[in-house]
Amino acid sequence: MTAPVVEAKASERAATTPPAPARRRGFAVHFAHYKWLYLLLLPGVLYFAIFRYGPMYGVSIAFKDYVPFLGVNGSPWVGVQHFQDFFANPDFPRLLGNTLILAFLNLGIAFPLTIVLALLLNEVRLSVLKRTVQTLVYIPHFLSWTIVASLSFLLFALDIGPLFQFVNGLFGTNVDILSDPNWFRPLIVLQEIWKNTGWGTIIFLAALATVDQDQYEAAIIDGAGRFRRVWHITLPGIRSTIIVMLILAIGQMLNTGFEQIYLMTNALNRSVADVFDTYVYFVGITQGAYSYSTAVGLFKSLVGIVLIFGTNWLSKRFNQSGLF
Amino acid sequence: MKIHNTRGGRIFDAANYVFLTLVGIITLLPFVYVVAGSFANEAEITRRAFFVWPEQFTLGAYEYIFSTPAFTRALITTVLVTLVGTLIQLILTVTMAYPLAKKNLRGRKLIMSLVVFAMVFSGGMIPTFLLVKDLGLLNTYWALILPAAINPFSLIIIKNFFQELPAELEESAKMDGATEIGILWRILLPLSKPVLATFALFYAVGIWNDFMSPLLYLSDNNMWTLQMYLRQVTAASDLLGTGNVDPTYIPPEQGIKFAVIVVATLPILIFYPFLQKHFAKGMLIGSVKG
Repeated sequence: MTAPVVEAKASERAATTPPAPARRRGFAVHFAHYKWLYLLLLPGVLYFAIFRYGPMYGVSIAFKDYVPFLGVNGSPWVGVQHFQDFFANPDFPRLLGNTLILAFLNLGIAFPLTIVLALLLNEVRLSVLKRTVQTLVYIPHFLSWTIVASLSFLLFALDIGPLFQFVNGLFGTNVDILSDPNWFRPLIVLQEIWKNTGWGTIIFLAALATVDQDQYEAAIIDGAGRFRRVWHITLPGIRSTIIVMLILAIGQMLNTGFEQIYLMTNALNRSVADVFDTYVYFVGITQGAYSYSTAVGLFKSLVGIVLIFGTNWLSKRFNQSGLF
Repeated sequence: MKIHNTRGGRIFDAANYVFLTLVGIITLLPFVYVVAGSFANEAEITRRAFFVWPEQFTLGAYEYIFSTPAFTRALITTVLVTLVGTLIQLILTVTMAYPLAKKNLRGRKLIMSLVVFAMVFSGGMIPTFLLVKDLGLLNTYWALILPAAINPFSLIIIKNFFQELPAELEESAKMDGATEIGILWRILLPLSKPVLATFALFYAVGIWNDFMSPLLYLSDNNMWTLQMYLRQVTAASDLLGTGNVDPTYIPPEQGIKFAVIVVATLPILIFYPFLQKHFAKGMLIGSVKG
């Protein structure tokens, strides 16, 4: 007698829970079934709606004349007036120049240095040394720009800073490196190298670990030396990683990093220090030109998107490997 | 594999080892100098260009900064905001990541693409500032916590981690009558402790180091965090010209600057070994699957 009962229960269960895939059922049923999951999802979705998409909606003030008491919606439209003003402003070529020079210095110096450091670390067979050096060079990445700037202020302090004395001794000069406009860019690149070169090697070291070891043995048998192996096996092996990182770096070109530049800016070096990011702050927050500065920020974001898609397209065109 | 058999190879190795050791030491030197300087007296800092060991040890700089209310207030504020903020950010990230890890949840794809779009494009500084202002969060510590509450990278990595946990774990818990929230709390979270600890540390470092948010959102200098205080102490001088500095401010002695930098750096250095244990792995998961 027991067997038929079990059978009946099984068929009953089959009848109450339809075998049709979840997709066929109405959304209400699906929602009721997963109500706890949707409830868990709610705070995160609200966060993205408010704090990520809210400002995106707020970008519309770039095309308006924002008046605080009228709000984002109530302020009158002015079209592309703020963009025209910005491009006609004598600040524009200076900002563009300063931003691009810093970007190219970082791309031309800091980026290759990261790859070189990764290659050198990859050649180390003594794992204690490798791990120790890695541990040390990753640390600065975790320090704030405030600390990096403060360290620079102490190291290059007028007359008494150790690097003030060293650099001035080296060049036979006596300049205040912290305020001299000629020293601004080298200082920024130096900070960038100190803070992020070590951290940047992580991604390349991971790529290097995947290079086929058999190829090295074959190359050794063929009599290839250390440098030829690096040139013909290692570098081609991490080419796609280099390209991806380069695309990402180019997409970020106009993002000079607000905190670093802001902290190193002073009254004497403004001519070379002003970049888009800090300009948006000074004009928007300090002077209250909200709409105009939003237009400047939007221009910067759009150029960044064009750059990232453009380099991706170029790299696919010539290398068959891109980011997406 | 014989790699070191050539003479050129050995010379290269030796040079490489020396070079990398120097790179490591040079990276470290600024800290060593600052720590040494924080224990030295003013005369020694001015007299000696560079030193890694003070001739005369003094705790004067530390005694001074811990006796000033501005510094202790900034320190306590920063510790509290970091602790509370990390907890809030972690909870928000995990509760969002868990449902998104369910493959059959409807709307999941749409939400994921909106998250990814938010990584590529943001409203920018001014619209975010105006939003924070309109929400009435200016001059509140919420402004340091909420606008960056969920890091999309962290969200995606944690979501992927949940997805990779064996499905049988959840199924057997469901048989035992556990609810979704029960499964998350009692089964998934204990399994994800190392991952969550890593992201908690990343969030904590983010809040601790944040300079832009307090600069934008806190105009009352009684509310300042340590980074703002540090900026005030080390940079304030006649040539600043970037605003936000009290004109009646008298620049402090060098030793005090050293001590403040050490205090602001110390927590990062203490937690660094824990961070280091996991970040490389986290970074790579993120870069492969992000």
